[in-house]
Amino acid sequence: MANDPLTPSQTVGPFFHAALHRAGWNDLTAGGARGERIAIEGRVLDGDGLPCDDALIEIWQANAAGKYAHPDDPQPADRLDPGFTGFGRALTDASGRYHFDTVRPGRVPGASGALQAPHVNLGIFARGLLRRLCTRIYFADESSNDSDPVLASIADPAARRTLLAARQPGTGPEVLYRFDIVLRGKGETAFFDV
Amino acid sequence: MIRPAARYAKPVAGTDPALLHAPYRGTLKRAPLRPALRIEQGLSEITGPGFSSGGPVATDLTRAGTAEALGQRIVVTGRLLDGGGRPIPHSLVEVWQCNAAGRYLHDKDRHDAPVDPNFTGVGRAFTDQDGQYRFLTIKPGAYPWNNSPNGWRPAHIHFSLFGPAWATRLITQMYFPGDPLLALDPIFHSVSDEAARRRLVSTYDPQLSQPEFALGYRFDIVLRGRDSTPFGT
Repeated sequence: MANDPLTPSQTVGPFFHAALHRAGWNDLTAGGARGERIAIEGRVLDGDGLPCDDALIEIWQANAAGKYAHPDDPQPADRLDPGFTGFGRALTDASGRYHFDTVRPGRVPGASGALQAPHVNLGIFARGLLRRLCTRIYFADESSNDSDPVLASIADPAARRTLLAARQPGTGPEVLYRFDIVLRGKGETAFFDV
Repeated sequence: MIRPAARYAKPVAGTDPALLHAPYRGTLKRAPLRPALRIEQGLSEITGPGFSSGGPVATDLTRAGTAEALGQRIVVTGRLLDGGGRPIPHSLVEVWQCNAAGRYLHDKDRHDAPVDPNFTGVGRAFTDQDGQYRFLTIKPGAYPWNNSPNGWRPAHIHFSLFGPAWATRLITQMYFPGDPLLALDPIFHSVSDEAARRRLVSTYDPQLSQPEFALGYRFDIVLRGRDSTPFGT
């Protein structure tokens, strides 16, 4: 099929910040979202274990009731939360660290219709990445992970573990999860072709 | 159950770059070693941010400052389409570029070329109901790139598109026809298929040029469309 018309991907490069970043875009709760507030943070590391200080992280998630704010989500409209869009963007800092404030997503039906475990879709753009890398953040303390079809499809247990955000010892009122992203090599995060 | 018809088709081989492309040195430390795992698309992939609240638009990049930006004025316009040729309306388009001298307004750009205080190089628009977008800007310059000795990037404008779903998200670069640097650019050549590469190059369109004012370039962008492949093929 040589007549594929799609536009190819190219790297975001190092100079996107003024165009793609806005203060506060990493706080998905700013609109008064319903549900349990959580924070997710971590570092993006390259194949040498060095921090990537110039990455753009995007997340897309369902609301606390497990519904996406999108017309193709057929679940009942009364599950929509007008205070929650489900989209966020964050930059990595000099130590490769990003941070999101959000709410714990509810369970969403997967491709087969069966409920998936709560998860946050995450995309990474950076210099040196010619395409977006996609992965999912799952929550390590969530019992429904055992029945999640996407997690179950990953044969290598070590790769599966890279998708589990670990609950951190609490200091503030919010539960904090840690989710590091290793682009290449030892401990490499499992990425998805969506 | 997600109907198969609701899913988005994948690009064919050769359209998207391989993540590891040795001539682009930045990929060597960042491209994953393992291939991405294919997952079946479900609600998480066929939904995506809509930006229905809109937000600010900035389609004239030449007048973002107190005086007019320096350089060759250009109109850049085109349509955002899906793989079936259907327009994608009301969709966010974000662009960024360097100035006419090849310098970005960015802390990390150390290129010794003049900054234009009247040019931020940042634009934001929503496609109209026919999928059209339009920017008035300045033709970006080429700039040196330390990927190789005496390497230079061809003139380009970065484009960020969402389309209707998480699966249709795309960031790409638009190039200019006839640029001699294209033949030497590792990022452009990371796309292995020549026809696919050509789709990254805008077209000079005299119909878009404005007399005594600006040159016109057309750049259509095609995102993944709904998968029309019947079962069993």
